[in-house]
Amino acid sequence: MLRVTETEHVDFSSELLSKFGEIVKRYPEGKHKAALLPILHLVQAEYGWLSPASMERVAGYLDLKPIEVYEVATFYTMFFLRPQGKYVLEVCRTGPCCLVGAEKIMEHLENKLGVKEGEVTADGQFSWRGVECLAACGMGPVLQIGPEYTFHENLTSESVDQLLVDLKNKDLSI
Amino acid sequence: MSEKVKVTIDGITVEVEPGISILNAARQIGGEVVPPAMCYYSKLEGSGGKCRTCLVKVSKGSEKDPRPMPKLVASCRTGVMDGMEVQNITSPEVIEARKGVVEMLLINHPLDCPICDQAGECHLQDLSYEHGLAKTRYDFERRTFEKIDIGDKIQLHMTRCILCYRCVYVADQITGNRVHGVLGRGDASEISTYIEKAIDNDFSGNVIDVCPVGALTDRTFRFKNRVWFTKPVDAHRDCPTCKGKVTLWYKGEEVLRVTGRKDQFGEVEDFICNTCRFDTKKTSEWVIEGPRNIANTSVISANHYETLRPLPVIQNDPILIEANKVEFERATKI
Amino acid sequence: MARKLLLEHINVPGIHTFDVYRKQGGYRSVEKALKSMSPDDVVEEVKKSGLRGRGGAGFPTGMKWSFLAKPEGKARYLVCNADESEPGTFKDRYLMTYIPHALIEGMIVSSFALGAKTSYIYVRGEMMPQIRILEKAIDEAKNAGFLGKNILGSGYDLELYVQPGGGAYICGEETALIESLEGKRGNPRIKPPFPAISGVWGCPTVVNNVESIAAVVPIINDGGDEYAKVGIGRSTGTKLISASGNLNKPGVYEIELGLPVEEFIYSDEYCGGIANGKRLKAVVAGGSSVPILPANLVLKTVSGESRLMSYESLAEGGFQSGSMMGSGGFIAFDEDQCIVRNTWNFSRFYHHESCGQCSPCREGTGWMEKVLHRLEYGHGKMSDIDLLVDVSKKIEGNTICPLGDAAAWPVASAIRHFRDEFEWHVSNPKEAMERNYGIGNYADPLPANEVPVAN
Repeated sequence: MLRVTETEHVDFSSELLSKFGEIVKRYPEGKHKAALLPILHLVQAEYGWLSPASMERVAGYLDLKPIEVYEVATFYTMFFLRPQGKYVLEVCRTGPCCLVGAEKIMEHLENKLGVKEGEVTADGQFSWRGVECLAACGMGPVLQIGPEYTFHENLTSESVDQLLVDLKNKDLSI
Repeated sequence: MSEKVKVTIDGITVEVEPGISILNAARQIGGEVVPPAMCYYSKLEGSGGKCRTCLVKVSKGSEKDPRPMPKLVASCRTGVMDGMEVQNITSPEVIEARKGVVEMLLINHPLDCPICDQAGECHLQDLSYEHGLAKTRYDFERRTFEKIDIGDKIQLHMTRCILCYRCVYVADQITGNRVHGVLGRGDASEISTYIEKAIDNDFSGNVIDVCPVGALTDRTFRFKNRVWFTKPVDAHRDCPTCKGKVTLWYKGEEVLRVTGRKDQFGEVEDFICNTCRFDTKKTSEWVIEGPRNIANTSVISANHYETLRPLPVIQNDPILIEANKVEFERATKI
Repeated sequence: MARKLLLEHINVPGIHTFDVYRKQGGYRSVEKALKSMSPDDVVEEVKKSGLRGRGGAGFPTGMKWSFLAKPEGKARYLVCNADESEPGTFKDRYLMTYIPHALIEGMIVSSFALGAKTSYIYVRGEMMPQIRILEKAIDEAKNAGFLGKNILGSGYDLELYVQPGGGAYICGEETALIESLEGKRGNPRIKPPFPAISGVWGCPTVVNNVESIAAVVPIINDGGDEYAKVGIGRSTGTKLISASGNLNKPGVYEIELGLPVEEFIYSDEYCGGIANGKRLKAVVAGGSSVPILPANLVLKTVSGESRLMSYESLAEGGFQSGSMMGSGGFIAFDEDQCIVRNTWNFSRFYHHESCGQCSPCREGTGWMEKVLHRLEYGHGKMSDIDLLVDVSKKIEGNTICPLGDAAAWPVASAIRHFRDEFEWHVSNPKEAMERNYGIGNYADPLPANEVPVAN
């Protein structure tokens, strides 16, 4: 259980709220709970993670009990319940990628960034973790970079280095 | 009323309402053919299907379609069909699967019964006694959590939880204001409020009664006594919030705790309010009805005065009455 | 070159755009279905085609459609399962990335057949780029009048939306997917009721895999009978195979069902053999959940016949000596790979992905992972091997959803066929930490007329 007793106040921008409104329209009347996952993705893209306050705010928007949002957010692995680096590098660690060197890529990334899995670099730019199968087994090893989820295939130590340089130099976009 | 259907469980045929579950049909028969249930709770909609202890074999689907079901099914969530034949304790496959489920439920359950308030009325304890192995094959570190007080009356000891979801259904269906739920997933799932919150409303105490293990316990009864040293007595009072029908658990003159009235399947007859449960513990506040019937298989009966009562089958049969005369007299004397 | 039904135009530049796709004959099936067929006609064609669900279970799609309840006054839904997460499978990603309109087209025809007015494509959340691609494709199709109100003047209305998942393998199970679509935790539902009776929001629902939906397009264009001529026996049509592991040319291939496994691995048209001149040790033929087979058993069945890429041939020999087609995730292991390590890796995957709802899976997957970890890291016991077999049996068949089976089969089959290697890990723990067991006799020709010893 997260030991949080007080939460800061969060106000969503009108732009974000109008995006929520578009999403809710996809579902029949009264079934707006279905908008929860897409909305949580939008909130995470905006803030980098899901704070208890932002989840409570989502609950209010969708007329749900806060626990309903917590239950969902903690079930799915894509939702971050703690602040992350600006870029989150997620390396596939499942069988087929391991057959072609995913474990070496993770080792390399750990050494290169100097932080352990799940930790954030001192400058706040990067965090990394191993994730389960990303459904790109034939192009392994692969990694994806949140928040845009750009995808990078057939990784080598060199291409990972290059990727980190590119990320440092400019904001990557799809 | 719609026509009844016939279902045969372990060779015993019973006529039941169509649409009811195999488990509930078995409960109408009673005795050993009733599959154990750790997560199903007849008074909680949507409960069941999760713990897998009630798995049974359907060897004949129905009169119309006699094909057997390909896999063992959860009897609590499988409806009866006319002519259905079910094997519970007569199926070695079921016994083996149940043994497996019990083992799974126990690998991460602490064996701390000596210090657990639930001991003596713990369904997992009964289940492992009846179906489990004497020792474990699991030699890894067990999953542990810190104890959490959710409000001043209820303690959550997640380490003991078997994730039956009953308390979640109670909060949803009885209290209408759920602040706790199941968080995380897989074997990292836990019952939690996520951010620290007290579970506080008139009926929240019922989560204690529905919990099959010692994960949710009554803080006002904590470490006060072992349940088998206390005497359960049915009582009622005029309560503005609930029906006020409870069981008082006495030690001498003192009421140590108040619970709902649990039937032979461990389910309460009525959910009770927190005032009755936590704040009404004087005998003078209650109208006493008499001793609570406790199954003679329960350890609570070990110190109980009713265990010698002759079985109903003996009471009704003149030949048996004659044959058991001595028994009868001894029972009535006490 | 074998016949291509799904990927025929995959190399046409710009095929991901509506205009190019349309020029190549795209959306013909929508015109045909909406203008000249009744919904029941479409269902009938799909039935005739013999198409079997491409997501893994291989259940006949047409039959699944015909089970859909049609109560008065209740909406019906078609949901496309694009939660591709089975290790070894990446065909849906490929299809959605490069030829998204094939899926959109299939969705329109299928929705029409089922009478759905709103349909959803549930895409796994990690595939954000594919979600963007699909949303763009939907916009293009809508602008061209193939979606929205009164499509092609037929009076049929359809809205199509993309729904992102949140990262959970279990949401590939259809009832977990439905729960997730409703904005809940992805806990599989207890069946019955089946989605065909009560699915999304309690309404009759069909959930189909991306490839199954895309396959409806050629079925309608050419007719179900034509489709059924492709393939072999009850394995009709073509199948996308995701080839990965130690192959010269891993990737997505469309094969005609019935292709010999040997040809698929070694011919230049497909995988081009094992990478780096190594020898083949083992294959997982249908995604991580299906039983692993040693090289000798994957190339030939115990009766000495060539094993084919078909539902029946891959399954020949049952659990003793066969495997399954599954979702077509073909993972090849070369002689340097460690089966124990891979089994542990898969086991970690299932442990990580168990929803935690029912006890055998929640507790058993973690237990198996821990035992396998110990075996791989040099401190396992000989008794661990039988323990694993027993735990896997206690999970298999006793869970709410098939994830329990999926977690149990890889472990049970690895021990069944590679017991020597597991025992070697126990008896030579130090050596096992430094090198791998190697190919053993796993590629040796099968002894004539002798069934391999099974547990």
